[in-house]
Order: sequence, then structure tokens, then C-alpha cells
Amino acid sequence: MSTTAAPTPGASREDLARLEEGWGERPSLRSWFSTVDHKRIGRRYLVTASLFFVLAGLSALAMRTQLARPESRLLSPQEYNQLFTMHGTAMIFLFATPMLFGFGNFLVPLMIGARDMAFPKLNAFGYWVFLFAGLFMWASLPFGAAPNAGWFAYVPLTDEGNTPGLHMDVYSLGLLFLGIATTAGSINFIVTALKLRAPGMSLNRVPLFVWAIVATAFMVIFALPALNADNALLFLDRRFGTHFFDPAHGGNALLWQHLFWIFGHPDVYIIVMPALGIVSAVLPAFTRRGVVGYALVVFAMASIAIISFGVWVHHMFATGLPQLSYGFFSAASTIITIPSGIQIFAWLATMLLGRLVLKVPLLFVIGFIVTFVLGGFTGTMFALTAFDQQVTDSYFVVAHFHYVLIGGAVFPILAAIYYWLPKITGRMYHEGLGRWAFWLFFTGMHVTFFPMHLYGLFGMPRRVYTYPNEPGWAGWNLVATAGSYVLAIGLLLVLIGVVHAVRRGRPAPPDPWGGDTLEWSTDSPPKPYNFPVLPQVHSLHPTWDETSRTSMTEGATDDRIMADGRRTLATSELDGRRERTVDMPESSLQPLLLALAMLVFFTSMLFGWYPVAIVAGLVVAATIAVWLWPTRRPEQELGVR
Amino acid sequence: MVALGIGLALAGCAGGGPSALDPAGTGAARVANLWWLLFWISMAVFAEVMVLLTWALVFRRKQRVRVRHGQPLRFVIVAGAGIPLVILVVIYAVGLRDLAALGDGPGPEAPTIEVTGHKWWWEVRVQGVDGATANELHIPVGEKVRVRLRTADVLHSFWVPQLMPKTDLIAGEVRETWLHAERAGSYRGQCAEYCGTQHAHMAFLVVAEPRHDFDAWLARLGEPAKQPQTDAQRRGQQTFVQSSCAGCHAVRGTGANGRIGPDLSDVGSRWSIGAGAVPNDGGHLGGWIANSQTVKPGNYMPPQQVAAGQLPDLIAYLQSLK
Repeated sequence: MSTTAAPTPGASREDLARLEEGWGERPSLRSWFSTVDHKRIGRRYLVTASLFFVLAGLSALAMRTQLARPESRLLSPQEYNQLFTMHGTAMIFLFATPMLFGFGNFLVPLMIGARDMAFPKLNAFGYWVFLFAGLFMWASLPFGAAPNAGWFAYVPLTDEGNTPGLHMDVYSLGLLFLGIATTAGSINFIVTALKLRAPGMSLNRVPLFVWAIVATAFMVIFALPALNADNALLFLDRRFGTHFFDPAHGGNALLWQHLFWIFGHPDVYIIVMPALGIVSAVLPAFTRRGVVGYALVVFAMASIAIISFGVWVHHMFATGLPQLSYGFFSAASTIITIPSGIQIFAWLATMLLGRLVLKVPLLFVIGFIVTFVLGGFTGTMFALTAFDQQVTDSYFVVAHFHYVLIGGAVFPILAAIYYWLPKITGRMYHEGLGRWAFWLFFTGMHVTFFPMHLYGLFGMPRRVYTYPNEPGWAGWNLVATAGSYVLAIGLLLVLIGVVHAVRRGRPAPPDPWGGDTLEWSTDSPPKPYNFPVLPQVHSLHPTWDETSRTSMTEGATDDRIMADGRRTLATSELDGRRERTVDMPESSLQPLLLALAMLVFFTSMLFGWYPVAIVAGLVVAATIAVWLWPTRRPEQELGVR
Repeated sequence: MVALGIGLALAGCAGGGPSALDPAGTGAARVANLWWLLFWISMAVFAEVMVLLTWALVFRRKQRVRVRHGQPLRFVIVAGAGIPLVILVVIYAVGLRDLAALGDGPGPEAPTIEVTGHKWWWEVRVQGVDGATANELHIPVGEKVRVRLRTADVLHSFWVPQLMPKTDLIAGEVRETWLHAERAGSYRGQCAEYCGTQHAHMAFLVVAEPRHDFDAWLARLGEPAKQPQTDAQRRGQQTFVQSSCAGCHAVRGTGANGRIGPDLSDVGSRWSIGAGAVPNDGGHLGGWIANSQTVKPGNYMPPQQVAAGQLPDLIAYLQSLK
């Protein structure tokens, strides 16, 4: 499994020892809390997000059980409303984005041939904030104080008068807290992908997955402020008596919706785009060729990132805004289909020209295409205002976005789990178990969500804790509930497959699939320093190209080994020309401390302990000051010889 | 084949309920036609994708298949952008036409029904008529009727799938939509914007009837409620007016003029109790009065302390209000 005994030609035994000394972490309690290794952090993101996924999924199973029969009394309306709110909120904020950020964290440095993210401490900080914000929100559920007004939290239902108690404060503060992690992570991805690429990796040689992560990160940075503003205003309205959303005092109830969807629609693509990047990363290995139309696919991603900011009003087609504005937003929402169409046909062309190797990751990619295309059709339907007004807020829209998000995010995420499991854990998964998981999940997904199209058209509204026995409602609801159990068994098999692989799996070779990107040119799992020799990249598919590959062995040069301390290379943004070596920070407890201080701050804001909040705020400021305080630089670095 | 199956399933199941595919008015009929257009286009494109995918799975899997390294950009652009663009322009144009049709409301002489959303029931008034009713509104068949929408609290959405797509009720603003039914009948509507605990039980009924029946409904709406006829009803009325009932509910022509809950002047003839929570019969009515929290948990009517002996009289009185 390991190559420690036989160093690759290029880096000498002494180099490897020094790299190990600089980057390695002795397992200890302290290093567990202080690590800044992007691989450990990435793994933590994946595990934590999966945990939140299980919680949100169990909420969904409880809801489906309640809805199996009409007029069921299994759950009270108060319980059901908290469950559906937490299901949506957690799936969107605590599962989809963090899960994809987890893959990004693990993979981006490996794919671009760097030794870590650009800001490793910020990276660790982002994870702790994500963890604490997630626990902050879920902890409210056992106390019956969980958010209960939907993940979209429309005012005035969410104001103090209509929803007293902590419910919506948990929501607004939790999302503000979490937003810090998402923003920090996005900045880190952008800087990492622009500055730390291996020499020779010009922009036209950047893997599509990295492009997807960068486009996503830019969208986060532009979209999230609207959500943050919204939640800050909501908290002020609820807690301090302002009237931003209160029409009786000059506020505006629709302001919430505008700000929410200015964030919310790009967020759909924030979730789907990295997943599409996963598809573009998985396909080459299992079709034995590169994705057709690299430049077109990049162009498609960039145009989605831009157009997605001009479609938000299609979530408000029933609010009675002027028809002229509907005409515009309807056109923008229609046209955003085109870049997705380009990507779908680029992948189909890739499959038609390549040779298919039908392993589990490719199965999930095929499941993705089938499901996502169906979700895309209904999405286009929603772009047409007249049709939208009829089926929005019915079960038809529930069917639509589960096709888009399960198709467009969960299928690719499952493909990614199987594809990169060997790299992440160093173990191979069980192929047969994986196939069973795929077929159960695929069947369960369609049996659950396809009927929702039908009973949505038959007039059943969404977000109802129970329903009368209207024609076509009860039977199809029962089918959907049965499907959800099958889907859950499929996911359980995925989990069993991962545990089995970690415990019993065959050791994985560095490159079990014949992948084309750089992560396959190093050990499984990679050493703490990722690459003994940073590659010199000569093509879009460096692991398939002899020159790039040998740059890490026979062609190694000392300036790409940098065995002293913790160093990686900075290159130019456009053409990846070598600029300088960068010293990377050591592990540190500061990220954890800062996140803890923030947790205290948000918790005391929640309970109204404002003096404690002020103290916590001061601790936050002090920790940031210490963190950013310039250290005494070695003379060499200052340019003094 | 699959498409045909789904199409038939949709058409077959559509009858009877509040189905958008079983339209009874011009608004919903337009959207139903739009749906079938979109459905068949989607099925055609889906078939195209499935054929390509199946082709790849059948013919590109064998060991001897040679990988081709071309870049068929023309195929990607034509199939992924060109053909979709043509389709999108067409459906956008059709969609705009239908949007304009939905905006083509009734003339100034049409009746205007004033609907106010409450957590969790619908207050119904008619412009120019003094009385109010709840969770049920009548329209004349074959005429467009204006519906003016307000909310007393949070956002709601007015949706009658068989007649007209949704219009939201926005706090602090007035919205307008219209209803038109081509055939007489009762059409179920329901709140379609999540509005809190009992969003699930906020249904209403639109009764489309011949013009003279509609006029009769209007007339009844303006008159005082029916006077009690029997002793039991008289005792029930007394209980109603003197107890806490009258604090929240009104019955026209009596001392009860509460405005918090629904006007009960015609409660005996309504299709349900609690905006679709339970059927309107004596047993359910008694249960509702005694403790509506067991029927519709979270609603704003507290359990009532009505002496066991008085309850049958109260029920008799309320049922007589038709």
C-alpha cells in the first residue's frame, strides 16, 4: 500500500524524512484540535455533513411516515412543522454545501498540485464554525425550540408576534454564524485555486472540478451577503423592535423574499455546480477520455454563475408583482437552461466517444443524468409564470427540486464518495455492495418523488402536516412513503459500504481507476505533504501525460521538492508561472479558540445574555488580533542576506 | 410508451378532486393546455437523452471498443444549445400569451368578492353587501368575478386548482385575482403559502352556480340570520349570545358581534367546520365547541366551558343557521 520504504525517484530518502518532519503530525489530543491539514479538515467536513444528512434524512422519514395516510395523527402539527423546517434548512445549509466543500477541501490542493490550502488556519476555523453552527441549530430540536417556519422563513410569520420563542432566533443566528464558515471557505478556495497551482498549470489546464469550486466560491461571496442582511434585519425586528419587515410601521414584507431569493436562487447553483464538477471529474476515468468541450463546459459554468443572479423573482411569481417584471425574470429563468444543456450533451458526447467502465461511480453519474434531466424539464416549466402560478407551493414543486437537488447534488456526491474513497481512506470499496446501494437508492428516489408530480398536479399543497382523502392523493402518498424507505435502505448500504471499506477493504493503489488529475499521482491516502515533488504540469490530463508524470520522478528538481519546513509554490494566476515559495503556517489552536468564542457570542445573543455576548465579542476581537499579529520574519524572508 | 403511460395515468386520475388537470374555468384551462404542451416536449427531449445514454451503455462498453478522441463541439452546441434555444423561445412565447390571458380580468361591472386570510380560515365578504361568511364563496357560472385579497396576519395564498392559479395574500398590500367557472359545481381551494401551525387546515370551497342562485346567496348574505324556530334552538341562541361565543363570533341580527373568529350567520349550511378540518355535522360541531384543540390543534379557539345540558341546544341553534 505504502511507498514509504521505496522513495520515488526524485525525492531522496533525506528529503522525505525532512518533509515528514515539517508536515507530519504526531497523533495526540492537541494535534486533533489544532490540525490545519486540508485532508483531515476535508474528511471532517465530509463526516460532519454526512451526520447532519442522516439527521435531516431521518426527519424526512418521520414526515413521510406521517403522510403515508390521510388525517394521520402520528406527529402533531408543531412537531411536523419543526421537522420540515429543519429538514430543508439542514439539507441546504448543513449538508449540501459543507459536503461539497469537504470534497473541495480534500481535493483542490491535490488536484492543482499544492501542499495545502492557501490559508490553512482559516480552513480549520471554517470547519469548527460549521460544526458549532450545525450543533447550535440541531440542539434546539430536542427542546422543541427548533426553527418552525420553513427554510425560507417568510415574514410576517417569522416575526416576534406570530412566532414567539427562540425558534426563529435559532434560525437567524445559526445561519449568520454558519455564513462565516462558508465565506471563509470560499475565499480560501478562490485564493488557493488562483495562486497555488503547480507550475505549468495555466488556466486552460485547470481541472473542471476546480473550476466548478471556484465559480461556486464566487457565487457564495456575492450571494451570501443578501442572506446575512436578511437574517440580521430579522433578528433586529424580533429582538430589538425595528420594523424592517413590518408594513404597519413602514416596513415591507416582500423585502424579506427579495433578499432571501437573491441569495436563494444562486444557492441552488451553489449546491449543484460543484456536483456538476464532480461529474466532470468522474467521467474521464470511466470513459477513458477527457470531457468533450472543456472550454464550453467552463464557459457554461461561468455563465450559470452570472445568470443565476438574475432569476430570483421566479420564486415570487405568485406574489402579484407587475407582469412586465415577470416577463423579464421568466426569460432569464428560461435561458439559464442552455448552459446546463451544453454540459449534459458534453457528458453524453464523452460517453458516446469513450469506452465505458461501468463501476459504481459511473452508475451514480448515469443516475444523475436521468434524474437531473427530469428535474431540468420541470425547472423550465417553472420559468413560465402562468404555469408556475398553478403548481408553485404544490407537491409538484417538491418533486421538481428533489429531482434537481438529489439528481444534481446527491447522485454526484455518492459518485464522489465511491470514486475518491480509495484516495481518502486508502481502501477499496466493495463493488457488489455499491451496486446494490445504487439500485436501491435510484429506485427509491424515483418511487418517492415521481408520484409527487402527480399529486401536486392533483391539487395537493406542500408543507401540510396532513391532508384529506382527495382523489389521487392518498394512494400516491402511500407509494411515496414506501419509496422513501427503499431510498433510506439504499443510503444505509452506502454507509455500510464505507464502513466495510475502512475496516476490511483492500488497500488501494495510488491510482485504482486510471484517473487523469493529479490526486491520482500520489499515495492513497496522500502523505501530509501531498506530493514529495510538486509536479510540473504540461497538459489538462497530467496523470495521463508522460512528461507531467515524470516531472515528479526522474525529472524532479530541488525547487519543486522544498523539503525544509512547510513550503509550497505560488504561481501566477493566468498561466501558472512560478513566482515564489510560500511558507505555510504550523498547526494552531487559534482557529478552535476563535470559533469557540464565536459560539459563546451567538449562544449568548440567542438567550439575550448581552453582557456575556460583549465579553465574547472582545475575546473574538483579541483572538483575531493575536492571529493576525505580524510575526518576526526570518531575515532571509525579509530579503536581508 | 413510458410517456404515454404517464400521460394516461395523469389524465385518468385527474377526475373528481381539486385537480389542475381537470379544469373548470378559463384560467385553469389555459394552464392545463400549457402543461400538456410542456409535458410532450419534455418527453420528446427525455427520449432523445435516453436513446443517447442507452446507445453509449450498449455499444460503448465492450472491451474492444476503441476510445475516440475527437471534440464534436458542433454536436454539443446544436443538441445542447441550438435545439433547446428554439424550444425555449417557442414555450416562452406561449407562456407569455397565457400570462397575459391570466391578467385579463373582469370588467368594472363584475361582482367583487373581498377575501381576507386569517390564521387559519378565510373571511369572505362581497363589495356592497353588509354581511360576511367564511371558507366558502359563491360565483355565477360563466361570469368573471373579481376577488380582492388581503391578509389579517401572515402571508397566505389563494388557490383553486380547477379554476385559477395562485395569488398570494401579502401583508400590508391588496392583491387581485379573478375566478371564472364554465360549469356549475363545488371547487375545493386551499391556502398554498405556508402560514403556520394549521396551514394544512385552511381550505375553502368555491360554489359556482346559476346567476339567480348566486343572487339569492348575495341576498342572504345581506340579511339577518334565521331566527330560531324551536325551543331548543331558542335556548341555544340564548347560550350563544350570553356566553363567551359572542365575544369572538357574530351572528347577524343578534347581540353577538365578535370579529375575532368567523361570522356564524350561515354556519349550518357550510361544507365543513374549521376550514376543512372536519365535516359539518352535529357530532363534529359538538366536539369542536367543547375542545377544538383536539380537532385542529393550535387554532385560536380555546376550549369552551359549555354545560353538558346546553351543548345539544347550542348545536341545534348553530345547525339551524342556514
